[in-house]
Amino acid sequence: MKHILSVLVENKAGVLARVSGLFSRRGFNIDSLAVGPTENPDISRMTIVVDADETRLEQITKQLHKLVNVLKISDLDPKETVTRELVLIKVNANPNIRAEIIETASIFRANIIDVSKSTLTIEITGTSDKIQALEDLLRPYGIKELVRTGKIALARGKIAEA
Amino acid sequence: MRITGAEALIKSLEMEGVEVLFGYPGGMVLPIYDALYDCKTIRHVLVRHEQCAGHAADGYARATGKVGVCLVTSGPGATNLVTGLANAFMDSVPMVAITGQVATTVLGTDAFQEADVTGITLPITKHNFLVKDVSLLPTIIRQAFQLAGSGRPGPVLIDIPIDVARAEIDFKYPDAMTIPGYKPTYKGHAKQIKEAAKLITQAKKPIIYAGGGIPKSEAWEELRALAEMVQIPVTTTLMGKGAFPDSHELALGMLGMHGTRYANYAIMDSDLILALGVRFDDRATGKVSAFAPHAKIVHVDIDPAEIGKNVAVDLPIVGDVKIVIKDMIAAVHKIEGPYADKSAWHAKINGWKERYPLHYHQEDVIKPQYIIEKISELTRDRDSVITTGVGQNQMWSALFCGVDRPRSFLSSGGLGTMGFGLPAAIGAQLGRPDAVVVDIDGDGCVQMVSQELATIAAEKLPVIVAILNNRYLGNVRQWQELFYNHRYSSVDLDVGTPDFVKLADAYGIKGVRVTEVADVETTLRAAIEAREPIVIDFMVAREENIYPMVAPGSSIDEMLGGIPGAPLSQMLDEEEEVEENEAYPVGSSRE
Ligand SMILES: Cc1ncc(C[n+]2csc(CCOP(=O)(O)OP(=O)(O)O)c2C)c(N)n1
Repeated sequence: MKHILSVLVENKAGVLARVSGLFSRRGFNIDSLAVGPTENPDISRMTIVVDADETRLEQITKQLHKLVNVLKISDLDPKETVTRELVLIKVNANPNIRAEIIETASIFRANIIDVSKSTLTIEITGTSDKIQALEDLLRPYGIKELVRTGKIALARGKIAEA
Repeated sequence: MRITGAEALIKSLEMEGVEVLFGYPGGMVLPIYDALYDCKTIRHVLVRHEQCAGHAADGYARATGKVGVCLVTSGPGATNLVTGLANAFMDSVPMVAITGQVATTVLGTDAFQEADVTGITLPITKHNFLVKDVSLLPTIIRQAFQLAGSGRPGPVLIDIPIDVARAEIDFKYPDAMTIPGYKPTYKGHAKQIKEAAKLITQAKKPIIYAGGGIPKSEAWEELRALAEMVQIPVTTTLMGKGAFPDSHELALGMLGMHGTRYANYAIMDSDLILALGVRFDDRATGKVSAFAPHAKIVHVDIDPAEIGKNVAVDLPIVGDVKIVIKDMIAAVHKIEGPYADKSAWHAKINGWKERYPLHYHQEDVIKPQYIIEKISELTRDRDSVITTGVGQNQMWSALFCGVDRPRSFLSSGGLGTMGFGLPAAIGAQLGRPDAVVVDIDGDGCVQMVSQELATIAAEKLPVIVAILNNRYLGNVRQWQELFYNHRYSSVDLDVGTPDFVKLADAYGIKGVRVTEVADVETTLRAAIEAREPIVIDFMVAREENIYPMVAPGSSIDEMLGGIPGAPLSQMLDEEEEVEENEAYPVGSSRE
């Protein structure tokens, strides 16, 4: 079962190594990990996607908590969470099929961010499903390079009660 | 007042009440050693290898309950220290290790004697710091001591580049501070404690399984009070030895791979396990899926990550074991009796104790168990500390050395580090100068750290080094005998082992060889009286084995040996098997 952990850590040198080292050392698999500073420059947020059953997840969170630089861990409920991933796809695009690719991209609200004689580079943000769908559609043209940021996530804002 | 980082370090150590510092100098810690030159309050002990600086600080910490401190140079000094850190980490020993580092200006350039020490020690320290800014040094030292000694204790490393040690600051040592991401829970949850109390009063076959957490939180009085209040038998792990008096009638000795038969049977038959400050190490539990199939498990630990890590528990209580036991006792008092009758349980256990006492056969050649029994007899009623090596010597010591006081049995549990005994004895003796300190060690182990005889000589420490000399890597030989068809591959030390008496002599220490049973006790008595360093080379039976033993992968009631009168070829007690199988049918296991 996939879990999205949102982890607030002190923004100090070596914290990423501590966290990733803990995962590898204890044999926990990371699906993806994205890090960046928060609104508070002393604090970073890591979004870690792991595939683990409940017992294992409990152990992962408890071990993470033991790291002195880890401030807060939330296991985000998928229903109450907005997630995004940014992907760049460089795809083969000869002049005769270029229009077709651009049309596909625009249906997905993706942006064309670079053009060369033979390629297009497309930027798309969205949920994994959406990204996967576009990737599947582009694959027949020949994907030359692809890069994903890994998932980032935030709990939805609470809707004020009437 | 402007002082250097190095001076600030020494002042900070003084503020922390550090009395002894185990270390070894080198280029990148020279400013610190220079600052030490003027320090009147801290005794620096020059070990002969950095690994032993770690083990000595470790032994000091275990024997005193204080934080052990060590200091080594960058690169090779720090990498030599790694085993000492890993050992302290596995056994949750409070320690602050200070390493020198190359200057910040060349960090990351593979400079001379540079090693990424914070990187290397990440998985074997509770936390570590690389100090890049001298103004942070006092705060970091304060935090390091706080982290090392509180919550679940452990080693904390501070890596100090040489330019930081030379830079100047206005020194002010901070007061205790809150560390944002660090909030250990000390008090257990009241409702869970109440629940535990209920289980305690209802259980017919309860057992306490006590570990290193007891000595760490100084909970021995509380443990004893709890056991006596409800008459619960107590088994301890290797780390818990000394947490409960071995002479107590409720004591079952050690459990696990080399546990007593009665402790292992009792665990497997119990209906309630109070696991106090233990981590369900596989050496204690044996095959985890078969561990204590009928018992409800209450697990008390200060580290939440230990709860449910290896064994599913019925009632978790996160907290300091001393505080939790106190609260538990109070909660039991509130429950009106009569409590469940435990007389049948005690009778059953006493039956096992009578039938399967620890025993050995003393023949012409000295048996190691006999030596240990004598050491135990001569030391247990006085202020004493036993340290051990790793291997047969360690397990025999755990089984045959009765210990009635806390902090008096120091052994490398989690890492099983050969060479721990001798430097740990040095640390223990420095921490407890009046205690009789005996290192019960193996001939293989001693050879890993024998250079520390120099430290013993230089510091004039009255440590007794008792070598159980079987000229084998005995423990490995035993495994090869039992599980590898007697194929003794690379375990024979007969050729090459030094003459330990001459070796002692070379260091200016007294050395004695004992070959006769009759001389064991007199030699030990004289050594204890003399209050001077001594190496005793006990020539013991070469192929003696430790029994009982649980083969790897078996459940802990499937023990080999340890049945009086039975030939060793009859390893398993057939009769007991049948009887026990009624209690828990074959194939039953804990979910
Ligand atoms: C540093 C280290 N290396 C290897 C081992 C594996 N090992 C465990 S016990 C043992 C034999 C110990 O022999 P000795 O010191 O002679 O003690 P004995 O078992 O004979 O009492 C070995 C090699 C270890 N525990 N530690």
